[in-house]
Amino acid sequence: MAIVAQSSKFSTYGRPVLAWGVGLLFFFPIFWMVLTSFKTDADAVKPEHLIFFTPTFDNYLNMTDNYDYWRFATNSVISAVSATAFTLFVSVPAAYAMAFNPSRSTKDVLMWMLSTKMLPAAAVLYPMIFLAKSIGLYDTHILIITVLSLINLPIAIWMLFTYFKEIPKDIIEAGKMDGVNTWGEIKEILVPLAWGGIASTALLVFIFCWNEAYWTVRLTTIDAATLSKLIEGNRAPEGLFFGRLSAVSTAAVGPIVVLGWFCQKQLVQGLTFGAVK
Amino acid sequence: MGRIVLDQVSKKFGDVEVIPPLDLTIEDGEFAVFVGPSGCGKSTLLRMIAGLEDLTSGNIEIDSEVVTEVPPSKRGLAMVFQSYALYPHMTVRKNIGFPLRMEKMAPDEIDKRVEAAAQSLNLIDYLDRKPGQLSGGQRQRVAIGRAIVRDPSAFLFDEPLSNLDAALRVGMRLEISEMHERMQTTMIYVTHDQVEAMTMANKIVVLQAGVIEQVGSPLDLYHKPQNVFVAGFIGSPKMNIFSGSEAEKHGAHTIGIRPEHTDVSMTDGTWEGRVGVAEHLGSDTFIHVHDTGLTDMITVRITGDISVKHGDKIYLTPQADQIHKFDAKGQRIA
Repeated sequence: MAIVAQSSKFSTYGRPVLAWGVGLLFFFPIFWMVLTSFKTDADAVKPEHLIFFTPTFDNYLNMTDNYDYWRFATNSVISAVSATAFTLFVSVPAAYAMAFNPSRSTKDVLMWMLSTKMLPAAAVLYPMIFLAKSIGLYDTHILIITVLSLINLPIAIWMLFTYFKEIPKDIIEAGKMDGVNTWGEIKEILVPLAWGGIASTALLVFIFCWNEAYWTVRLTTIDAATLSKLIEGNRAPEGLFFGRLSAVSTAAVGPIVVLGWFCQKQLVQGLTFGAVK
Repeated sequence: MGRIVLDQVSKKFGDVEVIPPLDLTIEDGEFAVFVGPSGCGKSTLLRMIAGLEDLTSGNIEIDSEVVTEVPPSKRGLAMVFQSYALYPHMTVRKNIGFPLRMEKMAPDEIDKRVEAAAQSLNLIDYLDRKPGQLSGGQRQRVAIGRAIVRDPSAFLFDEPLSNLDAALRVGMRLEISEMHERMQTTMIYVTHDQVEAMTMANKIVVLQAGVIEQVGSPLDLYHKPQNVFVAGFIGSPKMNIFSGSEAEKHGAHTIGIRPEHTDVSMTDGTWEGRVGVAEHLGSDTFIHVHDTGLTDMITVRITGDISVKHGDKIYLTPQADQIHKFDAKGQRIA
């Protein structure tokens, strides 16, 4: 009895406190960034205005003048949406083939794809830059979309493969008997059955693309530069404008935080895929 | 029309030959049952006919047309799967109509055919439900409906009743048999259950390790099993089979006698033994007899009730004209 009482005491008080503690810890940087975005650049570095200050919206109102925010935001949308679409376009048929028509080397191919995620990005940085420059694609949307798609394909294929594996093979074979061709199998049977899995994969890929900084910062200058580049580019030599920087950072992460908030359920499902069966 | 001919058909998975080259003809309108223990290759053979499995060698003809390279949907066959394989995201109506929609049939015509199929399968009240809201028996009916609407030249059934409970299984067995009587369409039915095979088939194909042991009508197989395997596989309870001096007396290496072809007496008979277990079914009594000196256990089947109990001494007499004789290779001696 004592043990039961103890464990229920933990689940009544301890667990919520722990959960809130961890949650607040993760949330704090975002909170601080949002708070700072309402301070003037001068207030932002004064200890006496750490918590108490006169809020200002100037940082947001001047964002377009100061940083050309919308151009970067547009680039982010273009590259994240296109890369997500392209990733799905390739990964759905790929995962379908591997799940329903596996060959002897399917497992090896899957492992090999995963192994590319273990390669340090820095190892291929310079070859990538030289290659991009020599074929004239440096700082273009095509380059960014291609790179974002390529780095996300392994995870997308793995996720979809796991979802597709749960669809009974008989159903696909029944489709074959009923006169469906390969494209029909994907459209009529696979996509409707794995819709939840495809949606969470798309969402995760989109978030990864939006947040990607390593490559977008290094492979762009102006034309294809995304919000990651904008934030990175604000390490101004004359000192940091913390207020402005916080405003632009808030505006950069804002859309993805809102999106994530609305899609929590799918995200958790997507991130823990295969963990619970 | 649905005459199916397998010509030297074989299948290898990697280096393992699951079906050595075999020939088989299924006539139009026949109800053929592939029966055998699990892993004997019966489902693989069915899937090869369906086109879901490639052939390693040989040819398959449907109505004199070679279909070896033809994709499943173009063979004019319909298949019912063990797991039902319904589309969970579609209603019963959509499930049944799906193959017709894939043929690009007019929606009015699809509706008409779906309703007709649903009517004949007692599914008319369930047309707008999803498969998840149906019982096992209803799901199996939907799967059959999806096969019927296509008006196929042959139906393929892959152990369609194994997921149903015993009572439902008997009911569905009758329904499928009646469907065959009504439609007179070729049906190929795979099962490991010899009772299903005996009750449903015109022609039984007994398989073991990918090899056809015997093809024949149910009663052919019952009365004249070609070898020891078929003798032991067909019939329930199993035939008593043993070798030794008793077999040699009959001029055979091995003899077999069915439980129902053995007479029982408490006073005298050919073989003496002790009752192990007596199973009283009311209509019949199965007596399992030990210590006969012939084999571990001999089963006899007596019509009606007989009062014997564990440990009783009992005498058995085989009906002389019902003894099956086999040579050293296990083949029937005429």
